[in-house]
Amino acid sequence: MGETLLRYRDDEASTAPAVSFGAFADAGNAAAVRMEPGDDARALLPHLAQLARIDIAFPSFGDGRGYSAARILREHGYAGELRAVGDVLIDQLSHMRRCGFDAFAPDRPISADAAAKAFATWPEVYQKTVDGRAPIWALRHSETDHD
Amino acid sequence: MKILTGNDLKSGDVVWWDGHGWSRDVNDAVDVGAQAEAILAREDAALRVNAGYAIEAARTAEGVRPSHIKDRIRALGPTVRLDFSLKPAETDISGWVL
Amino acid sequence: MYQYDHYDQAMVDARVEEFRGQVARRLSGELTEDQFKPLRLKNGLYLQLHAYMLRVAIPYGTLSSRQMRMLGDIADKYDRGYGHFTTRQNLQYNWIKLEQTPDILADLATVEMHAIQTSGNCIRNISSDQYAGAAADELVDPRPYAELLRQWSSFHPEFDYLPRKFKFAVIASDTDRAAMRLHDIGIQIVANKAGEIGAKFHVGGGMGRTPMIAPVIRDFVPALQMISYAEACLRVYNRYGRRDNKYKARIKILVHEIGADEYRRQVEEEFAHILPLGLEPPAAELARIKSFFADPGFETGLPETIDRSDPDFALWLDQNTVAHKQPGYAVVTISLKPAGGIPGDASADQMRLMADLAHDLSLDELRVTHTQNIVLPHVKKADLYPLWQKLDAAGLGTANLDLISDIIACPGLDYCSLANARSIPLAQKISARFADMDRQRDLGELKVKISGCINACGHHHAGHIGILGVDRKGTENYQLSFGGSEAADTSLAQITGPGFSEDGVIDALEKATEIYLAQRGDGERFLDTYRRIGMAPFKEAIYG
Repeated sequence: MGETLLRYRDDEASTAPAVSFGAFADAGNAAAVRMEPGDDARALLPHLAQLARIDIAFPSFGDGRGYSAARILREHGYAGELRAVGDVLIDQLSHMRRCGFDAFAPDRPISADAAAKAFATWPEVYQKTVDGRAPIWALRHSETDHD
Repeated sequence: MKILTGNDLKSGDVVWWDGHGWSRDVNDAVDVGAQAEAILAREDAALRVNAGYAIEAARTAEGVRPSHIKDRIRALGPTVRLDFSLKPAETDISGWVL
Repeated sequence: MYQYDHYDQAMVDARVEEFRGQVARRLSGELTEDQFKPLRLKNGLYLQLHAYMLRVAIPYGTLSSRQMRMLGDIADKYDRGYGHFTTRQNLQYNWIKLEQTPDILADLATVEMHAIQTSGNCIRNISSDQYAGAAADELVDPRPYAELLRQWSSFHPEFDYLPRKFKFAVIASDTDRAAMRLHDIGIQIVANKAGEIGAKFHVGGGMGRTPMIAPVIRDFVPALQMISYAEACLRVYNRYGRRDNKYKARIKILVHEIGADEYRRQVEEEFAHILPLGLEPPAAELARIKSFFADPGFETGLPETIDRSDPDFALWLDQNTVAHKQPGYAVVTISLKPAGGIPGDASADQMRLMADLAHDLSLDELRVTHTQNIVLPHVKKADLYPLWQKLDAAGLGTANLDLISDIIACPGLDYCSLANARSIPLAQKISARFADMDRQRDLGELKVKISGCINACGHHHAGHIGILGVDRKGTENYQLSFGGSEAADTSLAQITGPGFSEDGVIDALEKATEIYLAQRGDGERFLDTYRRIGMAPFKEAIYG
């Protein structure tokens, strides 16, 4: 049974319509904004507190700019929902989650089970990112760093 | 004439549309005329061919000869390993490929 | 060399299972070819002119005898009994079946090997100096830094869909044996005035359609900030590299279009943001990796003299071996360019023989060079003669390192669906034309590189003599160029003029060698004479 929205947050989903990135500057207190691949995530940094949701569009799964945008937003402390929208296959879910996405609205529905399996692809991770997972280099040295 | 080529999905073998199915021998290829896109779409969807496309070829006394050198090498096999070619014992590549 | 711990092994095993699932979804039709293609490329699987081709990663060109033996066994079990060593120190199998690929990857995983990210728009195999750990002129062994970068770049979640492929090279000597400045990021490990070790970053080099030499972006990044700096470089590229045109999507285009100064400014800004995030592996991790690259138990008090009474052996000794940093040892290059042979190809039997020789005579280690040869890095001088005898008997004893018959050739139109012309037959004919070894030695160092298309996998831009195959109205045609160099004096070859037929380009090349012989000064290589006298005398002789 495919889902059109996979969401991994405890709070209620914001129903605010996502204002386009270009219109956001004039949109006053918009609580949700939509970024296209070419939009600069850093332009949103002064407004993070007011945003309940940021949609990042993936018109084609081969355009990886949204991964950097997501990570930059999380690195600057954005705590609202970060939703990947568009051409999202189960093969991208794990990396997207590691870059800070916590919701997914794929064009082609994905079952919750398939998504759970995708998130479990990697037993450990090599890099420290924004997802809080301890990277392998930290696990290797957590108990042996006395000398 | 227009013929169709592609790869067998599982094995990767180069195949040629022979009117009913996909043959490993370019000499079985048939002229598809204006039906190329329709045949490819149907065969691709049915997983009977992968990455198929249409090419120009000519019918000669020996069989079917693709018009472009790249397709002739694709039909024959690597010119530097004739032991892997379509007919390893009898290939005269200079005449047919070049 | 590096050995996996259980973490590394678990990651490779997980990747095999992920790909097994993706193959099943392709075979069932759940994935279309357009959806599957980027996924299979990230596991090194191409659909080529005749079949699927699998590119196995050989990280920084280093492998053990056990690994080389497995490569030979895979060639027999799943392919047609041979493989092709590439200009990025990897291995390619040409006759792979999709449905067997997960099993091949599982077999590779049993010997700590894989095909991860050897294709696709992601960070590729990190190449290095084939003499690392053996050369006297290196500051340190560059490979621990390459291994650190390898782990950082593997399954990196932010950089899995870059605008285009991304290639690193890491060296640690002023002598550049890895074409470092012709990579997307080329790193030289250096020491600053205080004696601290760090990384000098060159960004924006490459060959292909628009060859460029990488400018220096940062003279010195402390070793324990190298990963953070690389992260910053990649993030700027991922955000701003062009995605509108496949042929303008490499980082060299970005650096060229915005300028090195602006690129540097953006990287420094990103680096300032990234550094406090704590992404850098700790000193203990670099130390742990370095421990695998400590000197491998060299013996001391070994004999230095070598019996040269066999003249064929003496010629091979002089041409194919270089000095080792450790007394009593030598570094050996095994030529995969026999007269009239296919450059870089090795049979399964040859791979297993080289594995055995490495096990017995080279402290269990081999290297793949970016010029498609194999190096045995740690051979006792006393073992050189018996080694050469075994190599010679197996067709691996050609004494032509860096001579005119030591040709780099991409697979070309015989194998590659991107190619416009065949490159291997041309290499074979050049090799045959210059078969006389005395003539080759007289010509001296002369690096011929042949690419079958503009993608330049044969590195023709960096050839002393470079040849590019083109399609001229359905007929193969060849452009000739001179004066390229992949070494620290990096330069890009200049085209001579109108192109030639296959026989024509060999005649033109021969005329060029005659001009060189007539004009050379003392100790000048072909490259030096060309740089001194310029193109005009060559052009005159070739075109009349």
